[in-house]
Amino acid sequence: MSTTVIRNARLLDEDVVDLLIEDGAFTAVGTGLDAPADAHEVDATDLVALPGLVDLHTHVREPGREDAETVLTGSRAAARGGFTCVHAMANTDPVADTAGVVEQVWRLGLEGGFCDVQPVGAVTVGLGGERLAELGAMADSAAGVRVFSDDGKCVSDAVLMRRALEYVKAFDGVIAQHAQEPRLTEGAQMNEGPLSGELGLTGWPAVAEEAIVARDVLLAEHVGSRLHVCHVSTRGSVEIIRWAKSRGINVTAEVTPHHLLLSDEVVRSYDPIYKVNPPLRSADDVQAVREALADGTIDVVATDHAPHPMEDKECEWSAAAFGMLGLETALSVVQQTMVDPGLLTWADVAGRMSYRPAEIGRVAGHGRPIAVGEPANLALVDPSAERVVEATDTASLSRNTPYAGLTVPGRVVATFLRGRATVLDGELQEVYA
Amino acid sequence: MTFTHLLSAADLSREDAVRILDTAEELLSVASRPIKKLPTLRGRTVVNLFFEDSTRTRISFEAAAKRLSADVINFSAKGSSVSKGESLKDTALTLQAMGADAVVVRHHHSGAPHRLAHAQWTQGAVVNAGDGTHEHPTQALLDAFTMRRHLVGGGAGPLGGKGQSLEGKNITIVGDVLHSRVARSNALLLDTLGAHVTLVAPPTLLPVGVDHWPVQTSYDLDAAMEKSDAVMMLRVQRERMNAAFFPSAREYSRRYGLDVARMNRLPDHAIVMHPGPMNRGMEINADVADSDRSVIVEQVTNGVAVRMAVLYLLLGGAAEEENE
Repeated sequence: MSTTVIRNARLLDEDVVDLLIEDGAFTAVGTGLDAPADAHEVDATDLVALPGLVDLHTHVREPGREDAETVLTGSRAAARGGFTCVHAMANTDPVADTAGVVEQVWRLGLEGGFCDVQPVGAVTVGLGGERLAELGAMADSAAGVRVFSDDGKCVSDAVLMRRALEYVKAFDGVIAQHAQEPRLTEGAQMNEGPLSGELGLTGWPAVAEEAIVARDVLLAEHVGSRLHVCHVSTRGSVEIIRWAKSRGINVTAEVTPHHLLLSDEVVRSYDPIYKVNPPLRSADDVQAVREALADGTIDVVATDHAPHPMEDKECEWSAAAFGMLGLETALSVVQQTMVDPGLLTWADVAGRMSYRPAEIGRVAGHGRPIAVGEPANLALVDPSAERVVEATDTASLSRNTPYAGLTVPGRVVATFLRGRATVLDGELQEVYA
Repeated sequence: MTFTHLLSAADLSREDAVRILDTAEELLSVASRPIKKLPTLRGRTVVNLFFEDSTRTRISFEAAAKRLSADVINFSAKGSSVSKGESLKDTALTLQAMGADAVVVRHHHSGAPHRLAHAQWTQGAVVNAGDGTHEHPTQALLDAFTMRRHLVGGGAGPLGGKGQSLEGKNITIVGDVLHSRVARSNALLLDTLGAHVTLVAPPTLLPVGVDHWPVQTSYDLDAAMEKSDAVMMLRVQRERMNAAFFPSAREYSRRYGLDVARMNRLPDHAIVMHPGPMNRGMEINADVADSDRSVIVEQVTNGVAVRMAVLYLLLGGAAEEENE
């Protein structure tokens, strides 16, 4: 493999350094590095160097809905967003509830080569919520699954959730819960509050999330297991998780970029581009999840990238699908909502979008510091850039971004996966060896 | 007019609303002529786009458009959605291609008329004829029209209350507010017209956030009767008891139904209203529905006049702009 030298990068927005990459790893970090004459040179002046981002929550839709996204197109979108590893959620068709399906997804990621695709295994067979899937087989497979989730559906049965939490201790797994009490959210369309009453849309009450989060942290404490809470969206959930952490309960949590930026006011348009599960919440909830991400109560940002074909969004609100794209805009949204207002430094961003998610997902070779001997997974970001999001400017097969037309800060200039550029000058690199 | 579509009662200023009511007052007289037709909208096309069965509302809009000499196309698209056939978008594009000047849309999903009006699939004026559990603004207008004829300017004269609002009137709306588009539109419009609205329902049938509405709420129907100038009973589906909104139809009827004893506690001038269709014996007793205080049949008559006024003002205004 060839050698790359990156000049004058602002390492985590701190020291300006050169980075020498050989054979997929950093071999020197310092100023005025000597590089071989044939080294590929990248000028990173004024760019912030971050460790390759890791997403704990991506829907790649393959197998089953290859019209919306494939492993390849999803990983290309990920690379454009600065990610070098994504966790592919299990709600495919067939569901990723066997070693066979998770290995298929994992291999498709490897073949694509744009980022590592780490499959999430289903907790229950067919996401049916009735009996455990073969979690051990998925853990022992080539994909080495450590994160298990019925995301899209909640493991609402308390006994099943308890058993799942206990069972995955055998292989250091974690249950990532989509916290949604099903009976309280039958037919739910948007956040339940003054606006749902006004718009005549069935409400999705905060208590339906908080009741499950409360139950699950108590279960995790009782059985001494590891719990991860997906897409935290309410102030109440934040307060429960903060309390749980103060008691030493082994719980981690994620927030999505859209819950950091958008409140339910946008639903006034009845445009299903804003329809997502859990729903966009009140401005007060947005404030709460920002504070929680800043103080570490919420550990990580995870995209919940959820591609849908146009026809599932160009329709009536109640007929539309839940979900929005996120991979290519996540870092910009985090910069806008957290970095620019001074709530997080870029070093903090590295923690919340790379180190910590890799640690929660137990993925080796990702979420490592930019240092000699570490795998060269890297994103170079221009924080001074401004761009207008365009729905069609995407590597995803789908276009359901809620940010179209918005001006957002920051741009991913380059992404490196084990020393190989997947993105350079903002463009995907088909072949670069 | 300051509105180009009628999607929500909130689209109307007090001036707009009074103008619609005044126009309806003039148009009501057309109904009593031997030839019930005006040439006003000749050559214009009004599409009744109904995704949900509602013979009463469709007929009312159809009669209104025809009495103004518009060409009327009835487009029944029941059950249409992406999963069941043609999408809302394709339907809208079809109507646009046919040159619809106004689209009257009834839909089981809240916000569908809003999508039609704002997604740039069609350029016609959109009139919301009831969307999901959101709004039904022409129902609120016909209710306000009926109230004004009875409660303002010395009662139901031929031009009763012309030019006036419902300032200071006490209107009580009773029943399943949570699922009622009629209640939402009435709360907004009656507030715009200066009336004091009280919503009476069991707590389970009031939406979360109703404290942000421009209304008072009560769980006690008896307490609301003596100060009411009009009582509007909302339809309550018996099936709601299966979702634990209330224990039984009988209990609902006892606590929130309008019977003769309750009706007799109303002031003498007060009227009883219902948007229909009624569940006799559930939210309203037959003796009440058929009593002298009941203006329920008159509401239907007034519905045609009010819808004529809405179409006339929406399409007439558009024509003037085109000529300029």
